Amino acid sequence: MEETAKQDVLILAIESSCDETAASVVKNGREVLSNIISSQIDIHAVYGGVVPEIASRKHIERINQVIEEALREAKVTLNDITAIAVTYGPGLVGALLVGVSAAKAISFATGKPLVGVHHIEGHISANFIENKELEPPFACLVVSGGHTHLVSVKDYGVYEILGRTRDDAAGEAFDKVARALGLGYPGGPKIDRLSREGNPEAVQFPRAKVGDSQYDFSFSGLKSAVLNYLNSCEMKGMEINRADVAASFQRAVIDVLVEHALTAVDEYGFDKFAIAGGVASNSSLRSAFERECAQRKLAFYHPSPVFCTDNAAMIGAAGYYEYIRGTRSGYDLNAVPNLKLGER
Amino acid sequence: MRLLALDSSGLVASVAIIEDGMTVAEYTTNYKKTHSQTLLPMLDEIKRMTELDLTTIDAIAVAAGPGSFTGLRIGSATAKGLGLALDIPIIPVPTVDALAYNLYGSNQLICPLMDARRNQVYTGLYTFEAGALQIVEKQCAMDITALAQRINEIGREVIFLGDGVPVYAETLSALLKVAYSFAPASCNRQRAACVGVLGAELLARGVSETASAHAPEYLRLSQAEREKNIKKL
Repeated sequence: MEETAKQDVLILAIESSCDETAASVVKNGREVLSNIISSQIDIHAVYGGVVPEIASRKHIERINQVIEEALREAKVTLNDITAIAVTYGPGLVGALLVGVSAAKAISFATGKPLVGVHHIEGHISANFIENKELEPPFACLVVSGGHTHLVSVKDYGVYEILGRTRDDAAGEAFDKVARALGLGYPGGPKIDRLSREGNPEAVQFPRAKVGDSQYDFSFSGLKSAVLNYLNSCEMKGMEINRADVAASFQRAVIDVLVEHALTAVDEYGFDKFAIAGGVASNSSLRSAFERECAQRKLAFYHPSPVFCTDNAAMIGAAGYYEYIRGTRSGYDLNAVPNLKLGER
Repeated sequence: MRLLALDSSGLVASVAIIEDGMTVAEYTTNYKKTHSQTLLPMLDEIKRMTELDLTTIDAIAVAAGPGSFTGLRIGSATAKGLGLALDIPIIPVPTVDALAYNLYGSNQLICPLMDARRNQVYTGLYTFEAGALQIVEKQCAMDITALAQRINEIGREVIFLGDGVPVYAETLSALLKVAYSFAPASCNRQRAACVGVLGAELLARGVSETASAHAPEYLRLSQAEREKNIKKL
């Protein structure tokens, strides 16, 4: 047993919860041997957002190639793999089912253990990949197209949600405002880029507070305020400075994220803070947190952009710690589109 | 030659092992649980019960469409994962052909019906001539009225089966001008053994693909693509 415990743990991880088909081989939870992502962004851009049925169809076309490439690039075979980790929620049910079904079949055919992983747990764990010294406890803000969660990471695999969005996810607000500005999909990177040319003080958009919880978020009011502003400009025949609108909107989102997150960090006495998820690659969001954390002498962590977007390496990192904790999934593992963090 | 056969194209989940002219095991359920919860546990049960060594399987026959989009993908993704791990090919079996195979030897016209919603069925028309399945009308998505009209044109006694029967039996009885009947419960839904037998025939004719290349044949675009095409017109 002693010898087995000393051996390296290689996780083959699979992720297909939205519009990226991804597979990765991760060693001991922190070393990425391969990280293959087949993105469908161009396909969905035509529709202005992810079309679930099309996403599911693309996943099944690409899943085996992506897994095979991940094994090849890591220079391992299925024999070398210790366990299979797969995202089983939250996400688009049809999309999740492709990864879940393939992962279960591979686990069944090889006899390797199967570990179901929560997508948000994956995003949080992306921080372990490049920050070898980072260990719980810490606070993490997860911001993406589908999620806005402020999480207390108490231990590996042990989470408490401190705050969450009551309506739109932060990334969703970016997408909707980008569409209104005629920037196209996905909105996050486009608004980020355009904002650099704009004045973030030009338009005063509201910073929403959610009455009964100081850590919850609301972005639908902000989104409506931007749309109303654009409408009223149009009615009055005023010229719209799109860069100013983008920058002002982005500043409003960041102000709220920073304020809520750092209030919680102070309140709970964390000395480490991390961000994760697609929106975590937003350059202004990063620099705002860098500045604020430096002032408070807080250690600040964020993944590189490739580990912010949906990827399987993060699922491999999370899957490793779940595997070590003894988490195992059965052949009846199902996709759970609204899976809650910390639930099994 | 040992084949694993899977069908999760409709409400039924079915798994079978077919070997040199006989069915070693078949497990079929028609229950409200999702295929994601039933298909692989059923295969696991077959494996244990028949002491199956998975590495002795030569190929995987899968009901490859048409059918429920999600159901097809659960079957296909399962087959693809198994194919990847065991390094064996996949035989894509047309779902409606396999359904027709339930009524082997029938001298009536065979008409499988799978409810495709929007007043349509996934269907096809088949006969058995000298023990071989003959395709009169290739599997397709069709309006139920157009199907009845086509059957009336052929003018031959017809037998129906499939999960579309309870949905469209009344409509059909009003439209049909030929004698008709409905297959009994023993052979009126998808069965993996039929997929396996037909799969063996297809494999003998050289039909197979790599697990990597396999994808279901939906016979229908996604709603978003249909709407986009309408806008273009």
